[in-house]
Amino acid sequence: MHEYSLVEALIGRVEAEARKRGALAVHGLSVRVGELAGVDPELFQTAYDTFRAGTICAQAPLTLRRVPASWTCSRCRAPIPRGEVLRCAACGEPARLDEGSDALTLDAVDLEVP
Amino acid sequence: MCTTCGCGDTELVPVELHEKILAGNDRTARHNREHFLEAGVLALNLMGSPGAGKTAVLEATARAAAARGWRLGAVSADLATDNDAVRLQKAGIPSRAITTGQACHLDAELVHRSLHDLPWQQTDVFFIENVGNLVCPAIYDLGEAASVVVLSVTEGEDKPLKYPTMFLEADLVLISKCDLIPHLDFDMARLEDALARVMPTPRALKVSARTGEGMDAWVAWIAAKRLELGMVGRVAGLGAALQGPGRGAGR
Repeated sequence: MHEYSLVEALIGRVEAEARKRGALAVHGLSVRVGELAGVDPELFQTAYDTFRAGTICAQAPLTLRRVPASWTCSRCRAPIPRGEVLRCAACGEPARLDEGSDALTLDAVDLEVP
Repeated sequence: MCTTCGCGDTELVPVELHEKILAGNDRTARHNREHFLEAGVLALNLMGSPGAGKTAVLEATARAAAARGWRLGAVSADLATDNDAVRLQKAGIPSRAITTGQACHLDAELVHRSLHDLPWQQTDVFFIENVGNLVCPAIYDLGEAASVVVLSVTEGEDKPLKYPTMFLEADLVLISKCDLIPHLDFDMARLEDALARVMPTPRALKVSARTGEGMDAWVAWIAAKRLELGMVGRVAGLGAALQGPGRGAGR
């Protein structure tokens, strides 16, 4: 259950951004979770809801966007279906994981500034 | 202040960041990696389930490495005990325990701090034995040169499909406890097929810490990894003829 330590890092980053911009409050944040990011989105949400109390994020809902994993051939760019052997059937090259498939990214924060 | 009329009301500003949540960990990991590379030390992150045989593989590695004059070092992570570090120490690998308490994984900062207590610069190969766990350690870069997953034959051939993130970034899978295969309904072809569905370029070696099977291939893999990274010390020279009197140009 590493979701708690991830949420700790997330809130720390938001606090730093809020401080930098002299924000009075945080009104929301959006996070992107790739299917292969090694993060359970529901656990992450629960961890966030538990951890945000008493922090600058206390009133900030978290919007999670899930990104399904996808693969393409590293040469011909043909899509390689999920669950298949990760090698292109046509040219034999290994598959490449598409961007975002394994990402855990803080996309945006809504800050209330004076 | 409101820029429309200057009324003094606060404003809601959307700030686009598009930043990895683990960016802080990744920065520390880069720092660790630079240190390892500068010192000519091959750092390997060893991961796997509890009981997969990570410590036993390292004990067997110590036996195989002793004949070659390699200097090994290790940190060993454990939730509550220092048993593994004690075992490694007994096997001749200078080691320290990292007791993580409730944390189910190592992060780059924990590794960085543990290095301060060890003469890691005087090693050729430095093992970071992660917490036994097939989930959480997968996403934390520690600054290793390569990550190795130990998967024992008693765990079931479908584990790669169940824990794809762990295998996705692995440079090598050590299929451990191979001496038990005759006693199990274990299907190597099924495991290899599962690996090929989660790793674009799967690389696996069958090993047994008990019988020593596969240890030569594992040690050769380590030596090749050092060569690949331009670490041309003692480890690179697998044959005695290649071992000069000094430490080699890479040190």
